[in-house]
Amino acid sequence: MSEYLAVLVFLGVGIGMVLFTFFLARLIRPAHPYKAKNQSYESAEKPIGDAWVQFNNRFYIFALMFVVFDVEAVFLFPWAVAFGQLGLYALIEMVIFIAVLLFGLLYAWKKGVLKWV
Amino acid sequence: MDLKLATIDLGLIAPEIIIAAVAMLILLLGNVVRRRTILAYFGLFGLVAALLTALPRWGNPASGFYGMVQADNFAIFFKIIFIIAAGLTILMARRYLISHEIESPEFYALLLFSAVGMMVMAATSDLVVIFLGLEIMSVPLYVMAAFARHDVSSNEAGIKYFIMGAFASGILIYGIALVYGATGTTDLRRILADWGFFEMHSQLFLYSGAILVLIGFGFKVAAVPFHMWVPDVYQGAPTPVTAFFSVAPKAAGFAALLRIFTYGFADMSQLWAILWILAVLTMTVGNILAIFQDNIKRMLAYSSIAHAGYILVALTAGGDGAVSSAAYYLLAYTFFNLGAFAVITLIDTRNSSTAQIDEMQGLSGRHPFLAAVLALFMFALAGFPPTAGFMGKFYIFSEAIKNGYIGLAIIGVMNSFVSVYYYLRVVVVSFFARPNKEFEAVSYTPAIFIVLVITAAGTLILGILPGYWLSLARAGIFQFL
Repeated sequence: MSEYLAVLVFLGVGIGMVLFTFFLARLIRPAHPYKAKNQSYESAEKPIGDAWVQFNNRFYIFALMFVVFDVEAVFLFPWAVAFGQLGLYALIEMVIFIAVLLFGLLYAWKKGVLKWV
Repeated sequence: MDLKLATIDLGLIAPEIIIAAVAMLILLLGNVVRRRTILAYFGLFGLVAALLTALPRWGNPASGFYGMVQADNFAIFFKIIFIIAAGLTILMARRYLISHEIESPEFYALLLFSAVGMMVMAATSDLVVIFLGLEIMSVPLYVMAAFARHDVSSNEAGIKYFIMGAFASGILIYGIALVYGATGTTDLRRILADWGFFEMHSQLFLYSGAILVLIGFGFKVAAVPFHMWVPDVYQGAPTPVTAFFSVAPKAAGFAALLRIFTYGFADMSQLWAILWILAVLTMTVGNILAIFQDNIKRMLAYSSIAHAGYILVALTAGGDGAVSSAAYYLLAYTFFNLGAFAVITLIDTRNSSTAQIDEMQGLSGRHPFLAAVLALFMFALAGFPPTAGFMGKFYIFSEAIKNGYIGLAIIGVMNSFVSVYYYLRVVVVSFFARPNKEFEAVSYTPAIFIVLVITAAGTLILGILPGYWLSLARAGIFQFL
């Protein structure tokens, strides 16, 4: 039971810390709200309409392509770190892996996915 | 080169490599080659090549990839089932796809990718690799269910299958995580070997994990109460896809279930009570609901639930004999269920088709051969001798009795009687019902004719001469891992 007590205390301290910081910040910060400051984007992008607009579903395909190559990069990093111990076999394996992805890219390219119509 | 190469033998996964490579080539060639027939036959060629590389390994089981891959007889037996199912589906699908204007090279590629996933599932004793195979299998299946893009019910089938499948995968992986938490390994051989050393509180852990794994696969093999997606998906998906669904993923799910529950979790005695209930529910609910169906695809969907129940009987009975009877039944079921769906696919190539049972009126007058093979498949599904369906059920129920599950065997036999009613209804309608209007003719293609001949021959040969095939199934089990 005592292990769970520690978890409970930890939870309490965690929540208390956040509340305390918010409270403290409210006490000591200056408050000068004005219209431009309250806008959604600090990058000066104008918020027009709400977020529930229909996106062009071409974005979806681009996102998908991006994820594929993002994951490829994720796999490449540990491979590069361990490459010293793994040697030629790992090189061949990674070439096969990238070749498979390349197949996918060729397929998508040929299908016209990369073209913005 | 270094020593690590010694443990990595690409020959072990040669069938998977071949099929995956052929599928990728189909995707690429699909943009270049105009004649789709070539692509379909290229896919078939890949399957045959995979079969030829898998068969020589029969009899000398090997383990590789640091114990992640088991190329044993059990795996090969199931690989044969998957290859047969995928090959026959390609043959029967083409005509249907063309007539519904949804043919594209992607169909064949997805089918092959899915087959690769099933092979991975059958050829491993590691829970993580089983999950990997399951996902490789499932993702193409979701797309295939929605392959008739302009058909609303096909879209519904795809979405429904995807949501239920993703949900099941989540439960399954959670179960695997709990099993890993309790045992410190995902390797079924280690779980079995270390069984006596787990402390009691970790056994509770292990049981919760095992039950979640069972639920996850319950969705995949369509066991009651995890079956609610089956009728809608089977009805909405394009008919050849439904044919594939009803056979191959089920066989893959049972391959994994058999390995996990009769091998890795063999000592978890309390699980058998749950399996018992699951088997009874699956058989009974599937058969009773099938009676009320007027759509033949929906009826066969419930029938496939009932058949999952019969195989669950074998799983409950446990032991080598029961495992081999389940494997035999899955092989037999592949033939007669695919055969039944081949007939429906052929009738469904007419765009006016609604796949109602009443639509079979006048079939025997117009197409005597088609009506005859349909009757054969229905007799096999119902379990009449001398078909494979009878021998399969006979082996399963006799194994159940041998292992002391007499009640379960009795319930199974009673369920078989119930099922006779709705299977024979199809036969009666196609032979004896007085047609209101002339049966609209369908035209055979050589490919579908070949499918019908192969499935009918398989149904009869497995039923009349079961000894050889059962000994194959047994040989597959005795060298289990």
